[in-house]
Amino acid sequence: MSEQLNFEVPTMAEMIARGEEPEILFWVGCAGSYDERAQKTTRDICKILHHVGLKYAVLGTEESCTGDPAKRAGNEFLFQMQAMTNIEVLNAYNIKKIVTGCPHCFNTIKNEYPGLGGTYEVIHHTQLIQQLIDQGKLKAEGGESFKGKKITYHDPCYLGRGNDVYEAPRRALEILDAQLVEMKRCKSNGLCCGAGGAQMFKEPEKGNKDINIERIEEALETSPQIVAASCPFCMTMLNDGVKLKDQSDKVKVLDIAEITARANGL
Amino acid sequence: MIAQILFIALCLAAVALFSYNAKKVIRNIRLGKAADRTDQPQKRLMTMLKVAFGQTKMFFRPIPAFLHLLVYAGFVIINLEVLEIMIDGIFGTHRIFGGLGALYNVLIGSFEILALGVWVSCALFLVRRNILKLKRFSGVEMTSWPKSDANYILITEILLMSAFLIMNAADAKLQAMGYGHYISAGAFPVSQFLQNLLPDSATALVMIERGCWWFHIVGIFAFLNYLPYSKHFHILFAFPNTYFSNLEPKGEFSNMKSVTNEVKAMLDPSFTPEPAEPGRFGAKDVNDLSWVNLMNAYTCTECGRCTSVCPANLTGKLLSPRKIMMDTRDRLTEVGKNIDKTGNGFDDGKSLIDTYISREEIWACTSCNACTNACPINIDPLAIITELRRYAVMEESQSPASLNAMMGNIENNGAPWKYSPADRFNWAKEN
Repeated sequence: MSEQLNFEVPTMAEMIARGEEPEILFWVGCAGSYDERAQKTTRDICKILHHVGLKYAVLGTEESCTGDPAKRAGNEFLFQMQAMTNIEVLNAYNIKKIVTGCPHCFNTIKNEYPGLGGTYEVIHHTQLIQQLIDQGKLKAEGGESFKGKKITYHDPCYLGRGNDVYEAPRRALEILDAQLVEMKRCKSNGLCCGAGGAQMFKEPEKGNKDINIERIEEALETSPQIVAASCPFCMTMLNDGVKLKDQSDKVKVLDIAEITARANGL
Repeated sequence: MIAQILFIALCLAAVALFSYNAKKVIRNIRLGKAADRTDQPQKRLMTMLKVAFGQTKMFFRPIPAFLHLLVYAGFVIINLEVLEIMIDGIFGTHRIFGGLGALYNVLIGSFEILALGVWVSCALFLVRRNILKLKRFSGVEMTSWPKSDANYILITEILLMSAFLIMNAADAKLQAMGYGHYISAGAFPVSQFLQNLLPDSATALVMIERGCWWFHIVGIFAFLNYLPYSKHFHILFAFPNTYFSNLEPKGEFSNMKSVTNEVKAMLDPSFTPEPAEPGRFGAKDVNDLSWVNLMNAYTCTECGRCTSVCPANLTGKLLSPRKIMMDTRDRLTEVGKNIDKTGNGFDDGKSLIDTYISREEIWACTSCNACTNACPINIDPLAIITELRRYAVMEESQSPASLNAMMGNIENNGAPWKYSPADRFNWAKEN
């Protein structure tokens, strides 16, 4: 359960130098790379990849922002500059399959890169976890028991409504034998955490409440022990909400990857 | 004979006036930029059948969905009756389909039941709007006209249905008397209860029957011509609007071709650009939007499902997706009137952004797609918000300061925060 990685994370550059090709590229994303809280999720995704023995690599310092926040903010120039530079790197490495640690990177690479010359099979890390569970490569054993724990899952907009991925994250939670409770607004009707559309990087407009407070209040109504997330931005917003509501001792906000890693003692 | 001539004249006038106004609306929609929505015709047809014809998205809210379905079914099916009215009106016949016998009885009987359904539903809708005052029907954009518009539609529908039922009641009474040309035809499961309220004199009954007949058909003509001025246009536009709706994943934003050309030219000087439509980046005014955005605006029936799920609106921000659609339509109508008056190219000094939609509204959007998901006929307010943001950022360099900082960081460090790209892989080394 140590946070540190007891294995090396392979980069594409190293792999190519060894004359090898990965089965899948792990696209970490900016939050996963720099945000302290999201870094934990990033390491847990690596632990899962390492645990199941999947041949993977990351871009390391060759990775750059997908351009998502610039595009949502209306700066199409900056987005396409980022996209085309990234596509050049990905194509040069002959990447075929990508797993992302963030629904925003997932949506952008999957849907918006093909039109600019970058076509890959893109999955979100919760989909990878589901696939590994379905293939019998990943279970929930040897680690922390979540049995009977009350978990509620918050759908990130760009995974749920944006790309209709509702079942994969729930499948990952189902094998825990935990008690899954849905919020009143869930799945296609889920409420945003407040960070999308580049809101993460600005103060909200004048209103009578912050969106993440509205959302965390709804989550707390289910009296959960864990609020499950699958997006680094949602993670920040929900965590802030829990802190503001003084519930940090009782309620943990955890990414699906973290929960999976814990359940397997990784 | 005079009645027939009057009827035909009225009929022609109604159709001519409607075509005139509908053409104007179509001309206005064509002011929008090109957008190709002709791919995957089969999937488009299925979407239209499911969403518009089958009203599947209405059923997220079962009570209004059921009432709406009654009104919708009533209107569509009762149109068969209008066909009879048209033929009778033109040829001076009376209940021309009466010869169908038992089938006619079943038809008229079911029309009556449907008419009652429409009547009751509309009455309940009036109660929801004016007595229960549902939150969804209020908001800054719901000024006096949109509220009256809704009430006029509901009241008209109630009056039309009432006329139909009273006409039948009078007719049935005349049939029972064996009066004049009132042949025995039809079954009257609903209007039989109205018979006692009507006078017994044959002349009075004929007057009532004719009065209601004329009221009903003139009412329908008037209603047809009210559509182009009203939110009620959705009864027609729902079909093309769903057919041409976005079939891509909701999270996907369009890539701007004009930008692709410039970026490619920047990265590769030998690049020859593909043709792209000239014009400004993003939208300042309605004619910078695509025809799909503009059709969306005419299709909106202001039900407010979008606004009622918008996270920004729910937390007291100014943004309301319904207002985005109504503003787009109102501005487009205004631009259309300017063209009627002074021809193309007239500048009234107004624009969709600032005159109608404020910056505060567009920057409050989280692009979460709750609005597009909630719309029962696949209207996309987010596409318009995005175009307005594109204009603000790319044409004017007017974005909130913190977003400018974020974009500066992406440009310089390849991340929205101020971190060095050299530190991007540190997560693997530290704990």
